[in-house]
Amino acid sequence: MRIGKQCQKSVLALALLFMAGPALADLSLLNMTQGVTDMSNQVYGLHMTIFWITVVIGVLVFGAMFYSIIRHRKSRGVKPAKFHHSTAVEIVWTIIPLAILVGMAIPATRVLIDINDTTGSEMTVKVTGYQWFWGYEYIDEDVQFLSRLDVESDRARQLGSGVSPASVPYYLENVDNRLVLPVDTRIRFQITAADVIHSWWVPDFGWKRDAIPGFVNETWTQIDEPGIYRGRCAELCGRDHGFMPIVIEAVEKDEFETWLMAQREGSSADEASDAVASR
Amino acid sequence: MTATTHDHAHHAAEATGFKRWLVTTNHKDIGSMYLLFSLAMFLVGGAMALVIRAELFQPGLQLVDPYFFNQMTTMHALVMIFGAVMPAFTGLANWMIPLMVGAPDMALPRMNNWSFWLLPFGFAVLLSTLFMPGGGPAGGWTMYPPLMLQTGTAFPFVIFAIHILGISSIMGSINVVATILNMRAPGMTLMKMPLFVWTWLITAYLMIAVMPVLAGAITMLLTDQYFGTTFFSAAGGGDPVLYQHIFWFFGHPEVYILILPAFGIVSTIIPAFARKPLFGYSSMVYATASIAFLSFIVWAHHMFTVGMPLAGQLFFMYATMLIAVPTGVKVFNWVATMWRGAMTFETPMLFALAFVFLFTIGGFSGLMLAIAPADYQYHDTYFVVAHFHYVLVTGAVFAILAAAYYWLPKWTGHMYSERLGKAHFWLSTISVNVLFFPQHFLGLAGMPRRIPDYSVQFADWNMISSIGGFAFGFSQLIFVWLLIKCIRGGEKAEARAWEGAEGLEWEVPSPAPHHTFDTPPVVR
Repeated sequence: MRIGKQCQKSVLALALLFMAGPALADLSLLNMTQGVTDMSNQVYGLHMTIFWITVVIGVLVFGAMFYSIIRHRKSRGVKPAKFHHSTAVEIVWTIIPLAILVGMAIPATRVLIDINDTTGSEMTVKVTGYQWFWGYEYIDEDVQFLSRLDVESDRARQLGSGVSPASVPYYLENVDNRLVLPVDTRIRFQITAADVIHSWWVPDFGWKRDAIPGFVNETWTQIDEPGIYRGRCAELCGRDHGFMPIVIEAVEKDEFETWLMAQREGSSADEASDAVASR
Repeated sequence: MTATTHDHAHHAAEATGFKRWLVTTNHKDIGSMYLLFSLAMFLVGGAMALVIRAELFQPGLQLVDPYFFNQMTTMHALVMIFGAVMPAFTGLANWMIPLMVGAPDMALPRMNNWSFWLLPFGFAVLLSTLFMPGGGPAGGWTMYPPLMLQTGTAFPFVIFAIHILGISSIMGSINVVATILNMRAPGMTLMKMPLFVWTWLITAYLMIAVMPVLAGAITMLLTDQYFGTTFFSAAGGGDPVLYQHIFWFFGHPEVYILILPAFGIVSTIIPAFARKPLFGYSSMVYATASIAFLSFIVWAHHMFTVGMPLAGQLFFMYATMLIAVPTGVKVFNWVATMWRGAMTFETPMLFALAFVFLFTIGGFSGLMLAIAPADYQYHDTYFVVAHFHYVLVTGAVFAILAAAYYWLPKWTGHMYSERLGKAHFWLSTISVNVLFFPQHFLGLAGMPRRIPDYSVQFADWNMISSIGGFAFGFSQLIFVWLLIKCIRGGEKAEARAWEGAEGLEWEVPSPAPHHTFDTPPVVR
């Protein structure tokens, strides 16, 4: 029974660890974000559905396993049974998982078709990945600029900088020029890269899409509420892969028009292209 | 059984000392070398993982430059996959397949020697790149262009090393296939073979099929770099994504190469300690074959975010989900084998049970990753890292440890210390979950993989994960200590070291004599 006690102890320890865990960390850091678009909500829904399916299967399978481990042990003086196959049982536990998978494939297919439909967009933003920053261009609006890690984070992230990341607001999550987007607008993104493959990911939108040099990937979003949404590069792209964040500022439509106007009149676009030239 | 204990007299002229190991064609010697080499690489790759976890212990860069960090993630994967897990399985195949099928040795003993001795040279080349100008490879073990083409002096050496490792794997596999198909004892039909032999047969075919594909992919990288081709450059009419298709056509069967022999091991150990025959032997064989077949038609699920046509994404999503069916059958069969058995819980059984539990958790996250729209979120995050470490560490590595404990008495002639074995098991199992379980949360919360530094909201779980990482790493030293003790002495092992153990390997004495089955046994 010594093993049994050890087993119980470690199970208890694990359970305590996972209960204690959330107390240490931010509770919201346990799960996927629901995001701020209809699509991200659908993706979250799929995620939770498949998660609960696996939980139910897990409870049944592990339940049977632990029941057997506790009851069918030699130390209890049991005699082993002799059976070694049953075609009927095998067929049942092939068919049932198959049925569950079909049930899961239907909503997944629906969402996938929806995400990949880039028609009917009201505006287009071209996103270009560089080593190691992002370039944004509002197609047909004559506005474009680059977006890099903000200076404060950049200073703090140097090896042995002595600056505590906790003292920097939005450490590694802040940029010099935010990508400003209107809410309630169907926005198409054209995503590409200039040097190596990057991946443009804003979790609140519900997707990421690879930025591939020489090719343009298309996808879309429609943001429901104004706010600041932060993302990052998700494909290893070299030394500073971890240091090219994305910041979206979603604003009301009229506010967006005003901002766009200011950009067009201001010199920020020129400055940005100068910055490219000077590299 | 007189034939099994052949006398050693006419082998007296055999080489001794280092030369014995250099020129040996004996499957047991070669198996031991494979296994010890794999243990050494496990510790080297583990040390690299500890560099990674030490840097990620808290936000900010404290220890290493980001570029060196990338070299560590890249080399950790290459060393663990090609240096630790694959040679461990080949070592087990070398030791156990001839014993299990009643053959005197592997079918091609000289090639066997060569396929082992390529490995130390291959890894000497690979590891030496860390000291070259510009450092080792830092583009990830997947070596995606164009990033991989930015590697410095190390570039051709990495490719050369991988070619060597590939040749070694192919030769090892040819040997396994030739042995299994030609050298089985009379009466051992295919459907009477132990499941470990079956899973290895299928694995060997997978390797023969896909290792040349990897060789092709990296050779194309080489010619893109040095000979003016543009296979993977859009500027010259090529496509970077083409590389990913070729790589994952190798890469997905590869992940089954890393797990199918583990299925075989667990299917051997659970019946032994449940004292009850394996449930659904033939369905296990068919499930393994189905998984192997499906592994060839799911590769692009590693690439849901590259912008494939909708039809392509749907196909790869459905095919990937299908893999859950044969994998599920396997798990159900293992549980049914335990059901109404008379179980005892020696260390091999503990590792096998932990395998079933934790590999299944990795399977669940795999099923979640198969859902393409959800994968748009999961892809390239720590959720994926958690997933493949659950299937590779608590899957493949736990199965290898289970196998080592199970067959150590046969290899050394001594029983290992059960007390140390249990300590190793409990410390490993608890710490590995502290290490990898929080990584699910990190990935879902938005932490990408392969980053040396992160924003502060990820700090707590990373710290917990790093603590688990160090605990897991140092727990493995218990195994090394146990191994040294077991080789040097200990309680004498019986021929049949475990009460419920079945199979020809338990018919020969422990330790297994240098030559076994010179006259084949008859299997009824």
